[in-house]
Amino acid sequence: MSTPTAEKTATKGKLALYWAASCGGCEIAVLALDEKILDVAEAFDIVFWPVAVDAKVRDVEKMADGSIDVCLFNGGIRTSEQEYMARLLRRKSKVLVAFGSCAHEGCIPGLANLNTRQEIFQTVYHQTLSTENAEGREPQPATEVAEGTLHLPVFYDTVRTLDQTVPVDYYLPGCPPEAERIWEAVQAIVQGELPPAGSVLGPQTTVCDECPRTRSEKKIKEFKRTWQIIPDPQTCLLEQGLVCCGIATRAGCGAKCPQVNSPCIGCYGPNEGVRDYGARLMSALASVIDADTPEEVERIIREGIPDPVGTFYRFSLAHSLLRRKKLAQA
Amino acid sequence: MKRISIDPVTRLEGHGKIEIFLDEQGEVANAYLQIPELRGFERFCVGRPAEDMPNLTARICGVCPEAHHMASTKALDDLFHVEPPPAAKKLRELFYSIFFATDHTTHFYALGGPDFVVGPTAPAGERNILGVVKKVGMEIASKVLKMRRDGHELIQLIGGRRVHPNWGLPGGVSRGITEEQRRQIEELGRHAVEFARFSLKLFEDVVLKNSDYVKLITGDIYVHRTYNMGTVDANNCVNFYDGMIRVTGPDGREHAKYHPRDYPQYVAERVEPWSYLKFPYLKRVGWKGFVDGEDSGVYKATPLSRLNAAEGMATPLAQAEYQRFYEVLGGKPVHHTLATHWARLIELLYATERWVELATDPEITSSDYRVVPREAPTEGIGSVEAPRGTLTHHYWTDERGILTKVNLIVGTTNNNAPIAMSVKRAAQKLIHRGEVREGLLNMVEMAFRAYDPCFGCATHTLPGQMPLEVVIRGPDGTELRRLRQNL
Repeated sequence: MSTPTAEKTATKGKLALYWAASCGGCEIAVLALDEKILDVAEAFDIVFWPVAVDAKVRDVEKMADGSIDVCLFNGGIRTSEQEYMARLLRRKSKVLVAFGSCAHEGCIPGLANLNTRQEIFQTVYHQTLSTENAEGREPQPATEVAEGTLHLPVFYDTVRTLDQTVPVDYYLPGCPPEAERIWEAVQAIVQGELPPAGSVLGPQTTVCDECPRTRSEKKIKEFKRTWQIIPDPQTCLLEQGLVCCGIATRAGCGAKCPQVNSPCIGCYGPNEGVRDYGARLMSALASVIDADTPEEVERIIREGIPDPVGTFYRFSLAHSLLRRKKLAQA
Repeated sequence: MKRISIDPVTRLEGHGKIEIFLDEQGEVANAYLQIPELRGFERFCVGRPAEDMPNLTARICGVCPEAHHMASTKALDDLFHVEPPPAAKKLRELFYSIFFATDHTTHFYALGGPDFVVGPTAPAGERNILGVVKKVGMEIASKVLKMRRDGHELIQLIGGRRVHPNWGLPGGVSRGITEEQRRQIEELGRHAVEFARFSLKLFEDVVLKNSDYVKLITGDIYVHRTYNMGTVDANNCVNFYDGMIRVTGPDGREHAKYHPRDYPQYVAERVEPWSYLKFPYLKRVGWKGFVDGEDSGVYKATPLSRLNAAEGMATPLAQAEYQRFYEVLGGKPVHHTLATHWARLIELLYATERWVELATDPEITSSDYRVVPREAPTEGIGSVEAPRGTLTHHYWTDERGILTKVNLIVGTTNNNAPIAMSVKRAAQKLIHRGEVREGLLNMVEMAFRAYDPCFGCATHTLPGQMPLEVVIRGPDGTELRRLRQNL
């Protein structure tokens, strides 16, 4: 591990960044550091960052185990190639950080755990309106063409998080993490001021604490879909009947979405000490419902939240106690 | 048969790799572009509430989430049969123009531009933004950084967040802008127009006045005579936010002009077993393989395509550049792939002019930025131009607005076949008798890079090069030669 940045002649630490099944937003989030990226480059040699730096997988394979000081790994694991990279980078890195919601919880692509590979392939390669595939072709791990064999990585039934694949040292939540949180994490790493291994690097409070909207007692008789009402710009969105997930979501984003009148969708995941985000959100919402009987509570949720799993587990399905929809027995 | 594997670790809607096969004479027999990744949005979005889609589909791409957010929001308007108020449409188009300008800036300066500003034969270590800075000065780097930072800050100001804004709804947007914000947007827009003009001047001085570059652009290595697709307004001028989809043929004549709702009559997608990404083509022409020409349904959807598919630009400075572009390159349509970089800068100029136009529109600070839908949702289609091509979202729901079916045709996807064809052609022109020239790697990259594939690397201080390794194997698989770049 490198010495603090002030000492320029000291050995720089080695930093790696990698993207698995992700959208690229976490890469853009790192670049949202703007000028501070120069400070990162001062403290670290970036030895592997496929999008930006001249190094390849074979070079990583040649590195000594544990020789990468920190690896920021974003993206979920859903193909054989991504699984290989997760295992490789775990071996080669001292500190492996699950960077962003996909690596941490599975994020939105984790909703594919409600389907199987076959169902996904059926839709994508056979059933969508514009697909013309009378021959019934599907991507294959190996295809013989006139000139030789072409290979593709295997597409798994299940999206896994990074820590369901390899041991993870720290988590940096968010879809994507905000630049300020990334910078704090980098500084903590450089200064060696990290919490115990296995920790989430972030505030230990909810989005509500960051939200400037006025709050009073919550007594909800009905939930509204976002397109059904134009909310008052000052009052708590949950109090107005919108499903604002801020009540169960870890802070760190500055409550940016509620400030443009959009309810929080939960992208930073659970607060400290919560094992299952969806369960926490469900109980938090139930606790603000104004009803006399459990049947009435159920009716209010059923009528106002027509997609419970997609709403309660939007980002966290892969990491939850549910993990995925049951696969048929082979 | 000899085989050349190019496995870049960079991304095209996921990672991409290229396999080039040589025949007995050592000439290129074929080239395959393989996309080794899929996430399945068209399936796992089924069962979700439609209003979640602007946020769900933003996660298709963290570089252009604004494009998906906007196509999705427009699909919701259609789905709920609701017309947003005029101020809402203007706000959306303002936001979108800022996004387009920022995205195009990133691509030109960090990815595409360095080949020209520094030169395709310059040492690899200099063909990146740092090389650009060295060649033209730190002042320019500061301008680029400022442009990107300003753009992203305005995206956050208007839409909530820099990456994955949360702003679009059926019937409008979730929040408008104040007069103070409007002033800031206008001021930064005027800077942006100057920046765009500066970028075009840079291109003129560094590229167009260099006869070697002009030969490269207009030569035989990077050219495909295909159909071209783009969105146009009522005057057949390029529009990124809304309009009719227009397709022109290799000879420039109009092949089709249709409302986005009619896309199923015009576009189909083909499946190949060696790639996870489908290959769109024009239905009325039909799929004839990875070939050029009027009889092949392959089409391009790029900045160059948009200029070819339109008849002009809707703003004065960009229109003057549009006319000049075609004068210099010998008329419409232009099929030279590398001219896409120039077309991209003309679009940059248009985006910044449109940004100022909308920021100074009297309605832009209106509080009438949203209406509540009154009708039950059924089916909806929304289409925009993503920086990388025409983007279409199609949703079907039940009466509660829960999705029952989804169809997406994404920007870069349109260009899946053309990119492979461009790579094959570059390889064919450069590889003879089994000899791979040192220049191959970068020349192949240039064919790929002009399309600005999904991830335009937004580095602005680190080398933004694509690591490439070309491995030449004999028929028995033994490695004969290995060429590396940035490895």
